[in-house]
Amino acid sequence: MIVTTLRSRLILTGLVLLAAIAALVPRNIKIRERGIDGVIRDTTQRRVPLKLGLDLQGGMHLGLELDQSKRISSDPAKDLDLALIVLRKRIDEFGVTEPLVQKQGDDRIVVELAGVTDPVRAKQIVQKSAFLEFRITDRSRSLDKALPAMDRALQRLGVQASSGVAAPSAVEQLLQGDSGQQHVADSLAPVVGGALSSLIDPNADIPGEYLVEEGAVVRVDSLLNLPDVRALFPRRYEYRWSSAPISLGAKAYRALYVLEERPIVTGSNLVDAKEAIDPLTSGPIVTFELDRKGARDFGEGTARNVGNYMAIMLDDRVQGRPPVIQERIERRGQITLSGKSITEARDLALTLRAGALPVPLKIVEEAQVGASLGEDSIRKGMIAGVAGTLFVVFIMIWVYQQAGVLAVAALGLYVVISLGALAMIGATLTLPGLAGLILSVGIAVDANVLIFERIREELLLGKTVRLSIDEGFRHAMSAIVDSNVTTVMTALFLFQFGTGPVKGFAVTLSVGILCSLFTAVFVTRTFFMMWLDRKPTMQTLSI
Amino acid sequence: MRRYFADANYDFIAFRRVAYGVTGALIVVSLLALAIWRLNYSIEFTGGTLVRIEMKDHAPLDVGQTRAALDANGIKGAEIQSFGGPGEYIVRARTAKEGSDADNTQETASAVGTALDQVAGQGNYTIQSSGAVGPKVGGELRSKAFLAIFYSFLAVLAYLAYRFEWRFGLAAVAATAHDIVLTIGFIAVMRIEVSLVVVGAVLSMVGYSLNDTIIIFDRVRENLHKYKRDHFSDILNRSINETLPRSILTHGTSLASLTALAVFGGEVIRPFALVMFFGVFTGTFSSIYIASPVLMMIEQKWPGADIRGVKTIAARPAGEPKQPVGAKG
Repeated sequence: MIVTTLRSRLILTGLVLLAAIAALVPRNIKIRERGIDGVIRDTTQRRVPLKLGLDLQGGMHLGLELDQSKRISSDPAKDLDLALIVLRKRIDEFGVTEPLVQKQGDDRIVVELAGVTDPVRAKQIVQKSAFLEFRITDRSRSLDKALPAMDRALQRLGVQASSGVAAPSAVEQLLQGDSGQQHVADSLAPVVGGALSSLIDPNADIPGEYLVEEGAVVRVDSLLNLPDVRALFPRRYEYRWSSAPISLGAKAYRALYVLEERPIVTGSNLVDAKEAIDPLTSGPIVTFELDRKGARDFGEGTARNVGNYMAIMLDDRVQGRPPVIQERIERRGQITLSGKSITEARDLALTLRAGALPVPLKIVEEAQVGASLGEDSIRKGMIAGVAGTLFVVFIMIWVYQQAGVLAVAALGLYVVISLGALAMIGATLTLPGLAGLILSVGIAVDANVLIFERIREELLLGKTVRLSIDEGFRHAMSAIVDSNVTTVMTALFLFQFGTGPVKGFAVTLSVGILCSLFTAVFVTRTFFMMWLDRKPTMQTLSI
Repeated sequence: MRRYFADANYDFIAFRRVAYGVTGALIVVSLLALAIWRLNYSIEFTGGTLVRIEMKDHAPLDVGQTRAALDANGIKGAEIQSFGGPGEYIVRARTAKEGSDADNTQETASAVGTALDQVAGQGNYTIQSSGAVGPKVGGELRSKAFLAIFYSFLAVLAYLAYRFEWRFGLAAVAATAHDIVLTIGFIAVMRIEVSLVVVGAVLSMVGYSLNDTIIIFDRVRENLHKYKRDHFSDILNRSINETLPRSILTHGTSLASLTALAVFGGEVIRPFALVMFFGVFTGTFSSIYIASPVLMMIEQKWPGADIRGVKTIAARPAGEPKQPVGAKG
């Protein structure tokens, strides 16, 4: 009877230990990085797969500033504070990676990430501004009507239709105030229609969609931004480019959309976003959910525009081709990402959930940083940890003798199993996290002390060795269970409501307690059973 | 069998009034210290100055010595980190003085300069830049941690009401709250800088103290069943004495390893060890002198059909211990 239980207990202990060791075996980790030459390449490093935090290991340092070239900030100080909040949410979504997001001076944000294996992706997540808008395309085709007037205005400025290749230089000259008297040789190509209308091709199917050859995008953009042309642009409308080119035949086109100035709803009303696979196209999509106000606005906007086309804009770029509005849409919707990977869909969902950056950010500094605690502190901490452990080992063996040796052996297993468990769940270990681990070591020792003291009490009552061990474990269990359940409950609340390091503490404490319950109760019991198994006639116990 | 404090028979509960006086005085001192000095938050909470250093010829800097030198120049708890290439470092630091950010930046930068003169020697380093940095952790960390502890108290009340009885839950939570006040008071009196590590220590203390209280209560629960006729204070005394060998051993081991941390751990870990050291004391004290007497007080005030099925408890006047006060080692 006992032999079979003992065997199954040993097998279970062995399996748990093996799993922990397997999780801790150093392995090759691919690190994707953009080199100085701008080429992205993967390098492999061999390391123990236990993530250490910035305080213990260091990591990647990024200095970020507002990039006002794309969107002008009306209040940079406020936008920087907003960006800080958004970045905190975005980077630390699950709260266990413990990044550093810090304001430096009045105009810079410092982001430090521990143990990054894909810096390119990390930078993209930090930089993506994720400003989501839904706008209706121009059903009245007002740009078609405005184009002739724009052509005439350009003619007055001396701009001719061209193949578009040398166009930017012509525009640059114009902007530099060359008054359009000098004609650039390239722009003397045969004129068919006006300077703009020859480059912009209206789509008959979707009102408000225009196709521009990929090579002419820059020229069209510059021309439309000339003050004289901008003045002629249909009022209450704006134009935006599509995010990806469309290929028709051999040529690549970029779609230009004329959209209502006011979005019917924006990402600020978004409450949730998730990545998914579209069952029809098996391409990646992002499904989203709006809050109450967003749902109402979206419902009204879509009900008013049934039959019209709606552009989904992310960071001022139209995503995919605008779908036609079939019916009133309220809370939920989805964004189709054609030609993107599921990773990109996941990143988009993540950035949408965290909210939009008020102004895009540019990376002004990038470096590797060492451990923030300093190598000296870590070394001292390790010496102190070893000394503390030796104290505990000494006391346990001194007081409990052979039983103490069993407890110490179980404690050794505990260290391996808890570190393995932390590696498995991918938690990042920081100094406050180590505090949680130290506390759980204390609790593991305490559980053994409780059991051993109880066994002693039973022995002193004159019970046999075998019975005393049974009773000792049985009676100590209620105290161990109740005290550990309350501690884990506290840890769960700290995880739920805490931020950053408090969360890290909660994770290591909960994991530590679960592992300590396993080793201090189950494994120690197994050791006692082995002991009894080898000496079945034991009259006295070395405890 | 090496037993210590076995079969002890101290009348802990008889001394409860003395203990109330001591702990009341300590609570007053804690609150006064908090009001007068307030808590001194570390650079992680307040932000400070970031100084970037480049060593001549990319020579390495002795970080341990630099930290000690900074400490001597009035900058406690500086972060010194390698940055980019060899011989390049960043120091995040803050002078203890109050004042505007600009003053602090200049003062900190010059203090860093003085420390580096002592460690590396003048001319062997250049200060590339210095400027203000914001806090690393948002202010919500404190309030959210307290909120989490508050909610966990409610959960503990519910759990103990289910496993024991509501009286036990209330007494355990009172003891733990007492420990939080005293520990924060200790931090204020000792002028310990509140860093994330110290927050970790306070949270550990909460877990430790609650653990200790419940272990004694577990024995009380058991003895209530066993000795149905005994007076409540006798049962409390018996339970505390029976768990004494365990208490001595567990707290002894904790204190031993915390001493090791305090002695060998260096400037960064020492605050953790000190706070936990105090936490072990107050946690032990409160399990015996707050949790147990509060439990008794509740029992006297709201006597009910409890675990034992006993309706009322006659209060025995203090200072009339039924059991002899004595010690056996």
